[in-house]
Amino acid sequence: MHELTQQIVSGLATGSIYASVALALVLIYRAMGIINFAQGEMAMFSTYIAWQLVQFGVPVWLAFGATLIIAFAGGVAIERIVIRPVERANQLTLVIVSLGLFIALNGLAGWIWGYIVKSPPPPFPPTAITVGGVAFSAQDVGIIAVSLVTLGLISLFFQKTKLGLAMRAAALYPEQSRVLGIRVGWMLALGWGLAAVVGATAGIMIAPVVFLDPNMMQSIIVYAFAAAVLGGIESPIGAVVGGLILGVAINLLGTYVEAIGNELRLAAALAIIVLVLVVRPSGLFGKPSVQRV
Amino acid sequence: MIRVCVVAALIAVLPWIVPSFVVFDLIFVAAYAIAILGLVILTGMNGQISLGHGAFMALGGYVVAVLAHAAGWPYWAGVPIAALACGAFGLLIGLVALRLAGVYLALATFSLAVATPSFLKHYKSITGGFGGMSLQPVTVPAGIPLDPQRWLYYAAWAVAGLAFLVSALIVRGKFGRALRALRDNPVAAVSFGVNPYVYKTLAFGWSAVLAGVAGAFYAIPTAFVSPDTFSFALSITLLIGAVLGGIWTFWGALLGGVVVEFLPLVAQQVNAGAPSVVYGVALILVMMFVPDGIAGGLVQLARRIAPRPAPPPSAEPSPIATSAPLGAIGGGISDPKP
Amino acid sequence: MIPSLRKAAAGVCAVAFSLTVTASATIPVEAADPGVSANEIILGGTHPFSGPASAYGNIGKGIGAYFDYVNDHGGVNGRKIKWIDKDDGYSPPQAVQLVHQLVEQEKVFAIFDTLGTAVNTAIRPYLNQQGVPQLYVATGATTWGKDYKQYPWTIGWQPDYQSEAILYAQDVLREHPKAKIGVIYQNDDYGEDMNNGLKRGLGSHQNMIVKMASYETSDPNVSSQIATLKASGADTLMIFATPKFAIQSMVATAQQGWHPTIYLNNVSNAIPYMRAAAKAGGAQFLNGIVTTIYLKDPANHARYANDPGMKLYEEIMSKYIPSGDKEDGNYLYGVSIAYTMVDVLKRAGKDLTRKKVMDIAANLVEKDNPLVYPGVVIRTSPNNRFPITQMISAKWLGSDWSPSGILVDTRPMTMAAK
Repeated sequence: MHELTQQIVSGLATGSIYASVALALVLIYRAMGIINFAQGEMAMFSTYIAWQLVQFGVPVWLAFGATLIIAFAGGVAIERIVIRPVERANQLTLVIVSLGLFIALNGLAGWIWGYIVKSPPPPFPPTAITVGGVAFSAQDVGIIAVSLVTLGLISLFFQKTKLGLAMRAAALYPEQSRVLGIRVGWMLALGWGLAAVVGATAGIMIAPVVFLDPNMMQSIIVYAFAAAVLGGIESPIGAVVGGLILGVAINLLGTYVEAIGNELRLAAALAIIVLVLVVRPSGLFGKPSVQRV
Repeated sequence: MIRVCVVAALIAVLPWIVPSFVVFDLIFVAAYAIAILGLVILTGMNGQISLGHGAFMALGGYVVAVLAHAAGWPYWAGVPIAALACGAFGLLIGLVALRLAGVYLALATFSLAVATPSFLKHYKSITGGFGGMSLQPVTVPAGIPLDPQRWLYYAAWAVAGLAFLVSALIVRGKFGRALRALRDNPVAAVSFGVNPYVYKTLAFGWSAVLAGVAGAFYAIPTAFVSPDTFSFALSITLLIGAVLGGIWTFWGALLGGVVVEFLPLVAQQVNAGAPSVVYGVALILVMMFVPDGIAGGLVQLARRIAPRPAPPPSAEPSPIATSAPLGAIGGGISDPKP
Repeated sequence: MIPSLRKAAAGVCAVAFSLTVTASATIPVEAADPGVSANEIILGGTHPFSGPASAYGNIGKGIGAYFDYVNDHGGVNGRKIKWIDKDDGYSPPQAVQLVHQLVEQEKVFAIFDTLGTAVNTAIRPYLNQQGVPQLYVATGATTWGKDYKQYPWTIGWQPDYQSEAILYAQDVLREHPKAKIGVIYQNDDYGEDMNNGLKRGLGSHQNMIVKMASYETSDPNVSSQIATLKASGADTLMIFATPKFAIQSMVATAQQGWHPTIYLNNVSNAIPYMRAAAKAGGAQFLNGIVTTIYLKDPANHARYANDPGMKLYEEIMSKYIPSGDKEDGNYLYGVSIAYTMVDVLKRAGKDLTRKKVMDIAANLVEKDNPLVYPGVVIRTSPNNRFPITQMISAKWLGSDWSPSGILVDTRPMTMAAK
C-alpha cells in the first residue's frame, strides 16, 4: 500500500513534467494547428541559456527572468523567419520544417555546450519532504504549482484579454480576422513567443530533476505528446490533467503489470496516443469535431 | 522511357567504375530508394503522412535475420517472407490509420517509430534483444563470376528495379487515380464511388511491403541487426529523404535514396563540428525554396529551359486554402501547381 | 568477325597481355601494409559526434589531441600520425559503411578506438576478414577479450564490465555478508554484462539479490524504479547506470529517504557527476558510496595537483583543445588510450606491419601510462587479451574519492569465465 502511494506520488511528479511541456505544445496547436516537433528542443535551448547566464554570474532569478524574455523573442523570431515563409504550405512541409528545427537546435546546443551532463540552477530547493512515509521533493511540488499557475494565466489570457481573443480569432478564422483589422501574422508570432516562454519555464523546472544535456527533452517530448493528445490537443487544462494522469498510469503500469514491466513503458505511452487518437481524437477535454471520410 | 534506360545502364556499370566502398554505399542507396518509394506512394500520392516507416524496415530486416539465424533460410527466401509479413502489418496499421489524418497520423506513426526499439528489445528470445544478431556474409551462387559485394549490389538494384516496376504498374490507372483523388478531395472521390477504406489501407500495405524489402537490404550488407539500428531517427530520415528527393514522383524516391545516404557525409565535410546544424538548416531552406524537392526543382529547371504549353488550370483550389477551423487540420497535401 | 577486325582484336589482346605480365613483374613481392608511408601512419576510427551518445565523441577528440602532441614531438619513429575520425551517430549500419570507407578509400593502417558494443560487433567480422587491426575498442564488453581466437585482429582496452561487477560482489561478500541487494541497471548489453558479473561474483550467494529494476534510456527519470527497489527491503543498492541516470538514482534514493549502501559503477563516478548529485540530493547522502577506479580523475585537483601525468594531460588540453572542459573524463580517457596506441606503434619500430602491431598488442607490458591510476599496469599475453584488469575500490568521503585497499587484479576471475 505504501509503495503504491509512493508510485502514485512519483507518478504525479513525473506527470507534472509532461504537463508543463504539453502546455507549450497545446499553445502552438491552438495558434496554428500544427504540432511543433521542436518544442522540446526550444525548451532545452532556453534552459541552457539560463544555465549560461548563471555561469556568467547573473543571480539565479534574474537569469530566469532574462531567459523567459529571450525565449519569447526567440519564439517570435522563429515564427517570423522560419515558419512564416511556409505558413500556407501543406502539412507535410510544416512537419519537415519543425523536424529541421529540431535537428538544428539539438546540434547547436551540443556544439556550443557539449554533451556532458550539467547541473542546472534549481528554481526550487531540492529538499525532500516526507508525508506519511511517502517521499517527494519541494521541486515536485514546485513543478505542479508552476504548471497550474501557468495554466491559470494562459486561460485568463485567452478568455479575458482582448489580445487573447484576437489570437484565438486569428487562429480560427484568419480571413475574417484580417477583415476586422487583426494583424494575423503577428498573432501567430505572438503564439509562438508564448509557447516558447511556457516551454522555457518547463525546461527550467524540469532540468534539475532530469539533469541538463542536449538530449534531455527527447524522452520527455514523446510523453508530452501523449499527455497533450490524452487531454485534448486543444485544451490547456487537458494538457495538465493529461500529463498527471499519464505520469501515474505509466508508473503503475510499469510497476505492477509484468507484461509491460519497465521495458515497455514508452510503448505503453505510445499505445495511449494511438488509442486516444483512434477512439476519441479530441481527447478528454477537447470538443469532438466531426470529419467525414 | 529513355531516362529509365539511361539510369538503368548507369546503375549496371557503376560497380566497375567507382571504388568498392562506394559500391557498398550504393547498396544502401537501393534500400533507401525502395523504402522512400513506399512513402512517395503513401504520402505523396495518397496524402497520408507516415513518420513510422522505420518500423516496417525493422520488421523486414529482423524477419530475414531471424529466418537466417534460427532456421538457416537463405536470404533470397527470407526476403519474400519479410515482404509478406510487412504487408500484413502494414494493412493492420493502415486500418488504424483510417481514423487519423494529417498531423494526428504523423504523431501516431511517430509513436510507432519510437516504440519499435522497445519492442525489439522486449522479445529478446526471438530478436536477440539489445545485443542484436549477426548475419552471415552474402555468398555468391555458384557460376556467377562476381565478388560478393558486387553480387549484393546487383541483387539489391534488381529488386529495386522490380519494386519500381511493380509499383508503377499498380499506380497506373485506377489505383493511382483513386489514391490521388482521395488525397485531393476525399468527398468528391467517395461520391464517385471510390472506397476510401480499401484504397487507403492498400496504400499503407504496399508501402509497408516496400519498406520491409528495404529493411532486408539494409540488414544484409550491414550483416548485423540490433534495436538501435532501427531507431526513430531512421523513420524521420526516410521522410526527410522523400521530401528532399521529391515526394511526388518515383524519380524523387531514387534521388531521395541518394540524398539520405550521402547528405550526412556532405554535412560532415561542411562543418565537422556541428553537422546536424547544417543538416537541419539545409532542410528548412529546402522546404522554403524548393518544397517539391530535388526532383521537383529539376522539373522546374527543365521547364524553364524548354517550356511546354501550360496545362489548363486545375478546377478546384487546394484544400489547404479553405478556411477550415484551425487552418490545416485534416487538410492533406496535393501535387505542386504546374 | 571480319579478318582485319580479328587481327586487330588479337593485336590488342597481345599488347594487353604483355603489359599485364610486365606490370606484375615490377610489383614488389611483399607490398607494404596500407596506411604506412615513409613519414606517415594513418589511423582511422568512428565515434558518435551526433545523436544520443554524443558525449563520448570527446574521446575521439582527446585522441586527436594526444596524436598532435606526439607529432609535435618527433612523431613515432620519424612518422607522423594522421588520425581520421568519423561520426557514426552510434548507428551500426553507418559505422559499417564508414569503416569500409576508412579501410578501402583512406587506406588506414588500423582501426582504433571505435566506440560502442553494437558498432564494434558489426564491424568486427569485416575487419578480421580483411586483416585490419581493430585496436583498443572503446567498450568494456567481455567479448573483446574472450573471443580473440575467432577474431584475432580485435582487442579491447578498458576493464571489462563483468570484472568490475565481480569486484563489487567481492566487496559485498566481505563487508556486508548479510546484505540484501537491489540493482538498478540500464536495459542494454552494458547492464546485462554488469548483472552477469555481479551474479558470477556472488557465486552461490546469488540469492542476496532481492530485486532488479531496469530503466530505458528513454525514461525521463528513475524515481519509480527506486521506489520499487526501496519497497523490496533491499539495504544495498548497485547502480549500473550511465551518468545521467546514475545521478538521478542517487538523488531519488536520498529524496525517498532510503539510505542503502550504494555501489556506483565506474562509468558514472566522475567528480562532476557526484557534485551534481550532491547539489540535488544533499551532500551527506553520498558519503560511503563505493566505486572502482582505474583512471585518474581530471576533476580531482586535490589528489593530482602535482601529478606529472595530470600535468601533461592539462598541457595537452590547453594547447590542442583550449575550449574543451578539462574536467571531462572522456578527453582523459582518449589521451590515455592514445598513449597505449602510440606505445605499441613505437615498439614496432621502423618496419611497421599490421601483424607486428597485433603481436605486440597481444604481448604488452606497459607500466608508464601517465593517466591510469598509479600502479595499474597494462598487460596482455597470448592467452589473456584483457589489457586492463586492475581496479581499486574507492569510497566517497566529503568531496572526493578515497581509495581504500589495494589495486585488485581481476585477471584470475576473468580468465576463469571462459
